[in-house]
Amino acid sequence: MGEILANATTILLFGIAYAMLLFIISVGLSITMGLMGFVNLAHGSFAMVGGYVTVTLVSGEGVHFLLALVIAFVVVALLGVILEKSLYRWIYRRPELDQVLFTIGIVFMSVAAVTFVWDNNPRNIPTPDLPGFLTGNLDLGFTQFPAYRAFMILAGGVIVAALFYGLERTRIGAQVRAAVDNRRMAESCGINTTMLFTLVFALGSGMAALGGGLGIQILGGLKPTFAFDFLVIFLIVVAVGGLGNIRGTFFAALLLGIIDYAGNYFLPSGGGFFIYGVTFIVLLLRPQGLFGKAG
Amino acid sequence: MNAVVDSGRPMLETRGLRKNFGALEVARDVDFTLHAGARHALIGPNGAGKTTFVNLITGALDASGGDVFLNGDRITHVSEAGRVKRGLVRTFQINTLFTGLTVLENLYLAVSEHAGVAARMLRPVGSRPKVVAEAMHLLEMLQLQDDAARLITELPYGRQRLVEIAIALALEPRVLLLDEPAAGVPSAESHIILDAISGLPEEIAVLIIEHDMDVVFRFAEKITVLVSGAVLATGTPDEIGSNAEVRSVYLGEGHHA
Amino acid sequence: MADANMTPQPSPAVQQLLRRHRFRVVELLPWIAAIAVFYLFPGYRLLATQVLVLILFALSVDLIVGYAGIVTLGHTAYFGTGAYAAALLARPEWQETLWNVGAQPLVGIAAGTVAGALLGLISGWIILRTRELTLLMLTLALTFLLHELAKDIDGLTGTLITGGFDGINFTMNPILGIFEFDPIFYSTNYWYAFAVLVVGFLIVRTIVNSPFGATLVGIRENVRRMHAVGSPVQRRMLMVYVISCAIAGLAGAVWVQVQDNVTIAVYEFELAGAILIMVILGGTGRLYGAFIGVLVYMILENLTETVLGTDPPYWELVVGGALVLTVLFAPRGLLGIGEDVSTMLGRKRR
Repeated sequence: MGEILANATTILLFGIAYAMLLFIISVGLSITMGLMGFVNLAHGSFAMVGGYVTVTLVSGEGVHFLLALVIAFVVVALLGVILEKSLYRWIYRRPELDQVLFTIGIVFMSVAAVTFVWDNNPRNIPTPDLPGFLTGNLDLGFTQFPAYRAFMILAGGVIVAALFYGLERTRIGAQVRAAVDNRRMAESCGINTTMLFTLVFALGSGMAALGGGLGIQILGGLKPTFAFDFLVIFLIVVAVGGLGNIRGTFFAALLLGIIDYAGNYFLPSGGGFFIYGVTFIVLLLRPQGLFGKAG
Repeated sequence: MNAVVDSGRPMLETRGLRKNFGALEVARDVDFTLHAGARHALIGPNGAGKTTFVNLITGALDASGGDVFLNGDRITHVSEAGRVKRGLVRTFQINTLFTGLTVLENLYLAVSEHAGVAARMLRPVGSRPKVVAEAMHLLEMLQLQDDAARLITELPYGRQRLVEIAIALALEPRVLLLDEPAAGVPSAESHIILDAISGLPEEIAVLIIEHDMDVVFRFAEKITVLVSGAVLATGTPDEIGSNAEVRSVYLGEGHHA
Repeated sequence: MADANMTPQPSPAVQQLLRRHRFRVVELLPWIAAIAVFYLFPGYRLLATQVLVLILFALSVDLIVGYAGIVTLGHTAYFGTGAYAAALLARPEWQETLWNVGAQPLVGIAAGTVAGALLGLISGWIILRTRELTLLMLTLALTFLLHELAKDIDGLTGTLITGGFDGINFTMNPILGIFEFDPIFYSTNYWYAFAVLVVGFLIVRTIVNSPFGATLVGIRENVRRMHAVGSPVQRRMLMVYVISCAIAGLAGAVWVQVQDNVTIAVYEFELAGAILIMVILGGTGRLYGAFIGVLVYMILENLTETVLGTDPPYWELVVGGALVLTVLFAPRGLLGIGEDVSTMLGRKRR
C-alpha cells in the first residue's frame, strides 16, 4: 500500500514538474496566437536558443545557473522583438498556409544556425556546474524526489502566479485580455495592439527561453533538433488549452504533462500514444480547446 | 417603382426569434413577417442587430430560441445551404465574393450550385456550356458582361456590389435579403445599384436593410424598426415617419451622427 | 430566369472557361522529361522513381491544400497507412494465409488506396468539423498517433506485425505475373511508378477541371459565400478529403512496393512537412506545381548534400531560407513566377 502511494506520488510529482515546463514554454505561444490569430510553429526555436545560451554561460563561462536563465530570457526576448519587427509582421495578414510554412522555414533555419554555432552534439549541464540546492534528492519521508524537479515545480508555480497577477491586475494585462477577446474593439478603444503584440511576443519568447534553459535537465539534454522534436507538444498544449487562455494553457499542460509521464512510466514502449489520443479526444469534444471561447 | 401589393401570403416569418452571446442579447423575441412580393425595409441604429437578424434568418447563426418559417415550412433547423436551396437568398453588407476569381467564375459557382451540377466531378466545366451561358446571361442583365473576364479585385467597389446582386439572382430567390446593398458605394454610382434593385422581378419578396432614408422611403412599402435587437415598430413609411417613439430613438440618434 | 432564347455571345471569358480543361501541347513536357530521365540518368533511377511517387503524393496534398484550402500537416497519416497496407499484405510470412495474392502489386495498391480512403473518411468526418489551428493539430495528432502505433504495436501485442523501427522487408511478385521488379536497375519499378502517376494525375486533373473542382476553389476563396450560394460545404470537403487520402494511400503503397520495404519513416512528420514545402515551392492549386516542387526540392536536397555535405546542416538552411523567401516574395510558387514572367513577355510583344 505504502509503495503504491509512493509510486503514485512520484509519478504525479514528475508529471507536474514536466507540466510546469510545458506551461512556461507554451504560455507565450498561446497568448501571441490568441492575440494575432496567427499560427507560429517556430516558438520552440526560441526555447532551443534559450537552452543553448544557458548551457554555454553555465558550462563555458561559469555563470551562476539562475543568472544564466535571466540572461537567456533577456537575450531571446530581444531576439524575439527583432524577428517580430523584421519578419513576422509581414505575414500576420497572410493566409494560414503561408504562416505555417513561413514559421516552419524559421524552424529549419534556426536548427541550422544552432548547429553552426554550437555543433551537433547533445549538450548537458554537468551536475557540478549547477548550484548545490538543485542537486541531489529531497527526502519526502516515504519517497525521494530530485531537488531539481522540486525547483521546477516551484519556479512554475511562481511564474503562474506572476502571470495571473500581471494579467488580472495590471493595466497592460487588461489590455492584453481585451485584445485577445476582440482585437478590433480593443483598437477602437485606443489600445495600441501593434505595440502590445511586440511586448507580448518579447515576453513569450523570453519565457520560452527560460523554459529552454530550465528544461535541459528535465528533457535529458539539448540537441539542435529540439525545435522540431518538441514543436508538436507545445502546439498541442496551446490547442488543448484554448488559444490565448492562460488558465486553459495551465490546465492543458498539467493534464498532458502528467498523462505523458504516466504513460511512459507504465508503458515504456507505446507510452507516447496516450498524449496524442487524449489530444484527439479533447479537440473532438471541444474544438475550441478546454477553456477556449466557443465559435 | 413597381406597384406591388402584398398578397397577404407570408413568405418569411420569424416567431420569438432570440439570440444571445453569453449575457449579451442581440435578438429579443423578434416576430416578423415578410409577405409574398413585398418591398420591406428593416431600419435601426448602428448595433441594433440588423445583420444578426439576417444571419439568424439565413442560418449563418444558430438561433438561441424561436423559429423561422419559409413559405409555411419550419426551417429553424435547416442548414444555411438548405435554406438557399429553398429560395431564401441574401447579399452581404460587406462584399463577400470569390476575390481571386473572375466575375464570370463567381457567377458560375452560384449557377452551377443552383442547377445541381456542382458535385459532378467526372466531366469538365466546359461539357455544360448552358450553365456558363446562364452565368453570362445574368451578367448581361446587370450590364456586367464587359467585366466578365476581370478579377473581382480589379473591379471598383460599386461594381462588386452589383456582382453580389447578380449572384443572389442566380439562385432564383423567392425571398431576397439585401443587407445594405449600397453601403460603401460612392453616391455618384449608387443609382446603378438602386436601379438594379428597382428592377428586381416582382414575385420576389425583398427585405432591404438600409441606412439611407431616401432609399428606404423611395423603395419600401413597409418598414420595420429594430432597436437593441427588438422590434420597435412596423408600418407604412408614413406611419413610421410619424411615430414619435421611432423619431426619438432612431431619428434622434441620426441627428447626433 | 434561364432564358433559352438568349444567344450567348462568344465572349472570351466564356470561351476561356469552356476550354480550360483542354490539353495543351506544353503539358506533354513533364512526361517527355520523365521518359528522358530514365534513359539519360540510369544511375539515378531509384531517386527518379521516388520523385514520381512523391509527385503523386504532392498532387493529393495539393488537391486539399491548394484547391480546397484545407491546411494539413498530417497527410503522411494516409500515405503511411497505404504504405503499411501494401507492405503488410506482402509480408512473406502471411502469404499462405492471404491465398498467395498479397504480394501481387495491383492487389497492394488497391489495398493502399482503400485503406487511405477509409481512414480519410473516418478521420475527415471528425477533423473537418474543426477549423484553423484545431484542424491543423488534429491532422498532426493523427499522424503522430499512427507513428507511435506503427512503432510500438509489436511490443504492445507481443507479435511481429510492423517490425517497429526496423520495418518489414518483402519481395513483390511480378506485375500481372509478367513484369518483375528490378532491385538493381529499377527499370520495372520506374515504369510502374510512372504508370501509376499517369493514372493518378489524370484523375486529379479531371477532378480539378470539373464543376466539383470549381466548388473546391470556391470553398478556398470564400467559405461564407459558398454557404450562401447553397453549397453543402462540409460534404464537399469530406468528398475531396477522401479522394485525396485515397490518392495518398495509393502513393504510399507504390512507395514501399518499388523499394521492397517499409519503415516508420512513412508516418513521419518530417515527410508531411516536406511534401507541403514541395507543393508551395512549385505553386499551390496549380497541378504542375507538384511536379516542379518535388523535382526542385529533391534536386536541391541532393545538390546541397553532395556539394556542401551533410554535417553542418546546410540543407536545413537552404530549405528554410527557400521557404521563407517563397512565402514572402513568391507566395504562388515557382509556377506563379513563371506565369508572371509569361504575362510580362506577352505584354511586351503586344
